[in-house]
Amino acid sequence: MEIEPGDFVAIVGPSGCGKSTLMNIIAGFDNVTEGQVLLDGQPLATATTPPKPGSDRVVVFQNGALFPWKTVLENVMYGPVIQNMMTPSQAEERAMDLLAKCGGLNKVAASYPPQLSSGMQRRVEIVRALINEPKILLLDEPFRAMDTVSKTVMHQHLLEMYRVCRKTIVFITHDLEEAIYLADRVVVMTSRPGTIKSIINVKLPRPRTPNMMLSAEYLALKAQAIAGVHEEAKKAFERGEREHA
Amino acid sequence: MEASWWKSSKFWLMWVGYIIAVAAWYASVKWLPLDSFNRLPDPWSVITEWFSPEPVYGVSIFTPIYYQHIFYSVYRATASFVLAVVLGVPLGILMAWSPKFDAYASALVGLLRPIPPLAWIPLAILMFPGIELAVIYVTFLVAFFATVMNTYVGVKSIDPDYFRAALSLGSKPRDILRHVIIPGALPNIFTGLQIAMGAAWFSLAAGEMIAAQYGLGFMIFESYNLIQFPTIVIGMATLGIAGFMSSAIIRVVGNKLMRWRVQSFGIGG
Repeated sequence: MEIEPGDFVAIVGPSGCGKSTLMNIIAGFDNVTEGQVLLDGQPLATATTPPKPGSDRVVVFQNGALFPWKTVLENVMYGPVIQNMMTPSQAEERAMDLLAKCGGLNKVAASYPPQLSSGMQRRVEIVRALINEPKILLLDEPFRAMDTVSKTVMHQHLLEMYRVCRKTIVFITHDLEEAIYLADRVVVMTSRPGTIKSIINVKLPRPRTPNMMLSAEYLALKAQAIAGVHEEAKKAFERGEREHA
Repeated sequence: MEASWWKSSKFWLMWVGYIIAVAAWYASVKWLPLDSFNRLPDPWSVITEWFSPEPVYGVSIFTPIYYQHIFYSVYRATASFVLAVVLGVPLGILMAWSPKFDAYASALVGLLRPIPPLAWIPLAILMFPGIELAVIYVTFLVAFFATVMNTYVGVKSIDPDYFRAALSLGSKPRDILRHVIIPGALPNIFTGLQIAMGAAWFSLAAGEMIAAQYGLGFMIFESYNLIQFPTIVIGMATLGIAGFMSSAIIRVVGNKLMRWRVQSFGIGG
């Protein structure tokens, strides 16, 4: 599988299919046992080289990992400052600029993360990743714990951020609708062994709006994806999986 | 804190608590039909002795010797505590961070920690030149172990995602130590420091009773030997005040260092 620069790729599959493992491998947290991951033709992770996380592939975590002991601004400035990419004052300027662009988050720059709503925290975390100019943004089920309404709002925020920065995004989720709505390509994974079952190309135009979820094209893609995932889910369920996508 | 703190019911309830305690003390000394209790000093005689310019037994707030005892105790407690923090926090972090070092150290710490401080006194006197260092050593030990254990737990309880996030953002080990481990463990470290300070006073008083020339523990025990009962209670109350004040100082410093907790959750160390 190849991901082009600027692609928005969603990876879906039943729990236990290795979505998160794949992400941990790309991020450099876990070892590869077989095969390899290449970034711009350079091996990132292979079976022989130990994994190495780096700011070219920043992760946004399922449960959120903003440092609660740093303010929003300090969190966002953290990456570029410790990598000596920017001086603190440059980083502050850039951080405030990005925060402002991403839905007026500059207003909460002086707050500590636990004071914000979970949606805001997630957006700040995405900004904290974006400021490093990563080649890939890895989002590990970032909206998993949210209710449907907040989720829809967050989708619009994420699409807006994507429109502004045009980064390569790898989005892990178990929510099919979310995957089709957001991504250019949806990768459906099979469970045990975790391999790619199918790749669905989403040709919905951008910018995407919630109305598109009612379009014939969207529904056709959804039907196609559901068929694939359902088959997988059934297999997984029969294997005794309690939780499935 | 608001300007009208004295209007809050908490403040008045605090005084009600004190008054009940003193009344119970008075009642048990004066009215309890037990000889052993009737020998004890009542609140009034302790207060008059404590604040008398010419104390019957030689120790009051007007006598230099009182401050000499306080000075020695505070000096020993502070020295032990500072030593415990300077050595205990790094050791706790190292143990929690490096599995290898943990394997070396935790068995040893696990074995040494349960030894009561007083059991160290004879060895401490033999090991160190002079009683002063021996008392400081014994006081240091308890504070040290409390600091190490809480620092260790503090580092271990940091969410692993913070480490991953920091790595993902390009942190080097030095950055992880400074920006993840230390701030993340700080709440537990400060809980540990409170415990360490309490433990330090506890073993200091005991150490001073056995081996010292000055200090509040010494003053208490000497007054017991010389049948100067009000002075015993003066020493005890002074220890209580000193312990309370040292805890308060740690709490204030902790809240200064952990503004994020105060602002986010309204809790202080």
